[in-house]
Amino acid sequence: MTKPTKQELTEYTAEADAWFAENTPRDVGFMLPLTFMEVGTEQQFDFLRDWQRKQYEAGYLGAHWPKEYGGGGLHPKFQAVATKAMQKHNVPITLNAIGTNWAGPLLLDIGSEEHKKKYIKGILTAEDIWCQGFSEPDNGSDLGGLKLRAERDGDSYVLNGSKIWTTLGANAKYMILLARSDPDPASKYAGMSFILTPMDAPGISTQRIKKITGEHGFTQTFFENARIPADGLVGAEGQGWRVAMQLLEYERGARAGQAGGIIMQTPDAFAIVDLARSTIRDGKPAIEDPVLRDKSVDFIIDIHAQNLNQSRAKIPGLNSEHPAGLMLMNKLVFSEQAREISQFAMTLLGENSAWYVDEPNATDGGLWARSYLNAFSATIGGGTSEIQRNILAEHVLGLPKDNTRAGS
Amino acid sequence: MHKLADIGLSEMQAEMADLAARFCTEKSPIEKVRALLDDPQGYSESVWSEITALGLTGIAVPSEFGGSGLGLAEVVPVAEHMGRTLMAGPYMDTILAANLINLVGSETQKQNYLPQICAGRTFALALSEAHGDWDLNHITAEAEAGKSGSVLSGEKRLVAFADTADFILVIVLQDGAPALVILDRQDIPNTALRRENIIDETTRSYSLNLDGLNISTDALLQSDTVDRALSELHLAANLLNAATMVGGTKAVLDLTIEYANTRTQFGRPIGAYQAVKHPLVDAWIGYEKARALLYSAAHNYNTTEAEVAVPMARAKAEAAFAYAADRAIQFHGATGFTHDCDAGLYRRRALYCASRYGDEAYQKHKLATLLFA
Repeated sequence: MTKPTKQELTEYTAEADAWFAENTPRDVGFMLPLTFMEVGTEQQFDFLRDWQRKQYEAGYLGAHWPKEYGGGGLHPKFQAVATKAMQKHNVPITLNAIGTNWAGPLLLDIGSEEHKKKYIKGILTAEDIWCQGFSEPDNGSDLGGLKLRAERDGDSYVLNGSKIWTTLGANAKYMILLARSDPDPASKYAGMSFILTPMDAPGISTQRIKKITGEHGFTQTFFENARIPADGLVGAEGQGWRVAMQLLEYERGARAGQAGGIIMQTPDAFAIVDLARSTIRDGKPAIEDPVLRDKSVDFIIDIHAQNLNQSRAKIPGLNSEHPAGLMLMNKLVFSEQAREISQFAMTLLGENSAWYVDEPNATDGGLWARSYLNAFSATIGGGTSEIQRNILAEHVLGLPKDNTRAGS
Repeated sequence: MHKLADIGLSEMQAEMADLAARFCTEKSPIEKVRALLDDPQGYSESVWSEITALGLTGIAVPSEFGGSGLGLAEVVPVAEHMGRTLMAGPYMDTILAANLINLVGSETQKQNYLPQICAGRTFALALSEAHGDWDLNHITAEAEAGKSGSVLSGEKRLVAFADTADFILVIVLQDGAPALVILDRQDIPNTALRRENIIDETTRSYSLNLDGLNISTDALLQSDTVDRALSELHLAANLLNAATMVGGTKAVLDLTIEYANTRTQFGRPIGAYQAVKHPLVDAWIGYEKARALLYSAAHNYNTTEAEVAVPMARAKAEAAFAYAADRAIQFHGATGFTHDCDAGLYRRRALYCASRYGDEAYQKHKLATLLFA
C-alpha cells in the first residue's frame, strides 16, 4: 500500500470533517450510551446500528481494511484521520465494537480466507453483531480457569456450559468463544480453542441480566449440546489461549488493525466545569468554591495528560521506553477516569444527585448517575483495573509475576 | 472552552535529550552525587567546564552573543536528565538569568553578560524573602537612590549556589516599583552570605543580606519591562523545575522497581506482591502523564498556550515525583529509612523542588483562574 501524500490526507481530512459536521446526529431525543457496553434499549440499539452502517457506507469505518472483504482498501492513515474527525465531532459510539475492533482485526491477521470472506463485511455494516464469550460464572479475572466444553465430533463442535456478562448477547449473530477442547490438558492454559460461534445454533440460549443501572445490556449465555461447525476454529485446536491473548491485545489497544470509530466516549472535563457553574452552593455557583475548583482542575489536567499520551505514543522520540506502554495503560486510565469524573459530578449535583434517569427533575436527564453506575462496566469488564495493574506491572515495568496465581 | 496545548518534538530537542542523557549518566552517577554531599561548593568545577564546553549554558542565548540561538524547549531535556541523576549546580539559575537578560536587558547588558554566560560564568537568583510568598511581585528588599547609584537594604533567601556564583540577580523595590539588579559576587562581602541548611542536600542555598550594598545605575535592568520580566521568569522557572521533577520521578521509579525485583521476602521478590506492584503502576502512570504535559509545555513554550501548559506540567510533575519518591522510601523498608538509601535523596529533592516557585496547589489555583474565567 502506498503512503498517502500530504495533500491527499489534507483533502481526506477536509472531506471527513465536512461529512461528520453534516451527518453527526444531534439531539436524538433519548439518551445515547457512552460505550458499546452500555447499550440498554432497543431504541438505542436500532439507532446505533443505523449510525454505524451510515458511517461505513460513507467510507469512514474500515477504510484501511482490504477491499475484497468489504473494507475501503486505503492506507491506515486515512482511517486514523476519519477516527480523529469522529472524536472532534463527538459522534455516537460504534455499536459493533467487538466485531470492528477485536474480532475483525484478529480475523484479518490470522483468520482463514473463508473467515474473512464470510465475516468482515457484516462486521463493518453492523448487519452481523458480535459478542464475546470469555467470562464464565465461576471464572472472571481468572480466565484460564474456564470450563465450557467444546467436544469435537467430526465437522462439528458440541458445546456445553455457560458464558456470562455477554455484552449484546441478546442481539448478536456471532460470538468469539473461548472453550475447553481438551478436558485433561497438560497445563491450565493448554487445551483451549478459539471458535467463531453462530448464536442461532440450536442449544444456545440467552438470558438477559439487569444491570446496576436498571437497564438490560448483557446476558448469560447457555450452551446445551449446541452443535456448531468446526470451521469456526481460529488458529489450531488447543491453541485458543494464544489466540485469546492476541485478541486482548486489540481490545487493550496494544495491537493495531481496528476498523476505527469511537467505542467509548471520554467524559469531557469541561462538562464538569459547566456543571459546577450551574450548581448553587450557599447562593453562589459551586465553581467559586476553592476545593471544587482544585478538584475540577485535577480532572482537566489528568484528561489532557492522557490525551497527550495518545499523541506522543506516535512520536518515537517522545514515546515511553516501553513502546506499547502508553496504549496498554489506556484501559485502566480512561475507565477509572470516567468513573471518578461521574462520581465527582454526582457530588457537584448535591441535593439534585438524588434524581435518577427518567425523572423530569433530573439534571441532564440523569446522565451523571447513569454514567457513574455504568462506569463500572469498563473498570470491571475486559479485565478489571486490578488485572490491568498486574499486566502493566509485569509487562511494562518488568515486575515479577505473583506465583501464587496457580498455573501462571 | 479553553483550547489546550498539543505536543511535538523538534530535532534539536531530540539531539539535546540524547546528549544530556549520555552526559548526565556519565558525569553524575549516584556515587558522585553522594561524594558531593559534603563538598562546600556542591558541584564539580570540571564537570561545569564540560557543561560550558558543550554549549549547554548558551542553548537559549542568541547566536550573536555566542549561544546556539535555540529556546527553553531545548533546555528542557537537559534539565530533565540532570533531574534524573540529581546533578546539582548553578545551571538552572544561570539559564533563567540568561533568558531574562536576553528578554529585558539593555543592549550593553546583553553584550556584557550573555557571552560571559556562554563562557561559563554563573548566575544565582535572589528572589525569595522572609515572607515566603511565591508571588515575585511581593518584594520588601529595597534600592534607595543615592548620589552615585543606589544603596540596597533587606534580605533575600534561598539563593542557590550564591557563594560560588559570579553574579547574583536580585529583585528589589525602587521607588515602590520592582527592579532587577545584577550584582557582581566580588562586590558582596562574604559576611553578607549565610549558608542555609535545606532539605535537598545536593543544593547549596544561602541567605543574602543586602544592607548597605552599593550599586551603580547600569546594574539595573530596564525598569519599564520588569512586569513582563517577572512573569516570564516565573514561567521559565516553573518549566525547568517541572523538567527536573519529571527526570527525578523516572529515576526514583527505576530505583524502586529494581529493588522490588531483587528484595525477597516470604520466598518471593516483593514486587510480586500486588500491594507493592499496584502502587508502582500508579506511580508510573503519574510519571507518564507528567512527562506528556512537560513535553507539551516545552513544545508550546513560545506560544500563548504556555500560560496554561506550564503550570499543568509543573503541578503534575510535583504530584508524580512526590508519590514515586514517597513510595520508594516505603518499599525499601527499613533500608529506605536510612541516609544511605538513594530513595531519601530523591524524596528530599522532590520536597525542595515542590517548595520552589509555587507548589501544586498554587499552580492549580492559577489554572482555575485561567480556565474558568
